[in-house]
Amino acid sequence: MRINLSKRKIKDIFVTKIEEISGQNLLACYQCGKCSAGCPAIYEMDILPNQIIRFAQLGLKDELLQSKSIWICASCLTCNARCPKGINIAEVIEAIRQILLRKREDHLKINKLSDAEKENVPPIAIISSMRKFTS
Amino acid sequence: MKISYYPGCTLKNNAENFEDSTLCSLKYLGVEVEELPKWNCCGTVFSLSTDDLIHHVASIRNLIRVKESNSDKVMTLCAMCYNTLKRANERVKSDPESLDKINKFMYLEKVDYEGDIKVLHLLELLKDEIKFENVAKKVKNPIKNLKIASYYGCLLVRPREIGLDDIENPTILENFMVALGAVPIDFPYKTECCGSYQTVDKPEIVADRTYHILTSAQEQGAEVVIVSCPLCAFNLDHRQKETVKKHPDFKNIPILYFTQIMAIALGCPEESLRFDLHFIDPKPILNDKGLV
Repeated sequence: MRINLSKRKIKDIFVTKIEEISGQNLLACYQCGKCSAGCPAIYEMDILPNQIIRFAQLGLKDELLQSKSIWICASCLTCNARCPKGINIAEVIEAIRQILLRKREDHLKINKLSDAEKENVPPIAIISSMRKFTS
Repeated sequence: MKISYYPGCTLKNNAENFEDSTLCSLKYLGVEVEELPKWNCCGTVFSLSTDDLIHHVASIRNLIRVKESNSDKVMTLCAMCYNTLKRANERVKSDPESLDKINKFMYLEKVDYEGDIKVLHLLELLKDEIKFENVAKKVKNPIKNLKIASYYGCLLVRPREIGLDDIENPTILENFMVALGAVPIDFPYKTECCGSYQTVDKPEIVADRTYHILTSAQEQGAEVVIVSCPLCAFNLDHRQKETVKKHPDFKNIPILYFTQIMAIALGCPEESLRFDLHFIDPKPILNDKGLV
């Protein structure tokens, strides 16, 4: 993957927004990779949790907003529990999702699911996925 | 002993086996359970955004219901309700400004919330108030010879501030199973996520998670797996249908709520176990062991 770094991107409001919504200091991360090592959904991800933090530090907005990973994370909080710098990685991923959802760009299209797909799924699953993946 | 009880949506639907087995067990243990009047959804997931107070309103409103019922604590069964209510409670307790905003938003409520309610999980009630040894004394039907793997999932143990046991190696369920006479089986996937709400539109992820979690438990010799979360129960039990399709070497295994094991041990009638709600029927293995 080719990545362009620029001062403009690093200072972009996108980075500030992530830090504000998540309440995390992105620069605390020193890329040890423990978050990615423990993530149970890593095999489905295109950008790994430690890379998400690195990309966020560098303001790589398009890469993050188009990534599959932000919709794979189910906030199980294993990464948060193991980060030696106390960064809540799940909160950072939530912030990236929120930046899209707050523009009403829903990820979950509940109306497109068939009755068979929705059948028997407990209310707790429907409500939580709507809470996480819709605006 | 009397305790206020917050059921949550799924306990009244797919997880009636969780509720019925709990209510029967607590009756046998001499605990009077009082369901909260007019409870509402807990929100199901705690909002991880710093600026998103509106999503804590539902949880705090339930805590007002507890206050109105003249109680200082509330018991939950569902791990998601437990996590969401307790985190929202801790959030407003540590941030008086957000508590004030939420109270002002709910100006039609007769009382304000003051952060004075304690949110308990049934496991905490059993361990700290009823005590496991007192439950053990009431066991009529010891769970002999049944090898049980305890699956905690995420929400009983994470984050650390609200978890009810060690964050990496919880043992409360295993200890409880020992009190009921069972053989606990340890396995490395006991706190690994089941895929949670991804089950709605990405069930293939859940099928993979279920495969790894349950195969790991079986490799350690488990005959059944117990859970405390209705969403984990759905994913690990009902999604075994998708799991077998994706992983043909997968072997089915029954999933039970820990309260069903407790109900069997205490001699509750079989109607309270509600095996009709299971995808993989636990009855054959329980029959084999002479438990039902």
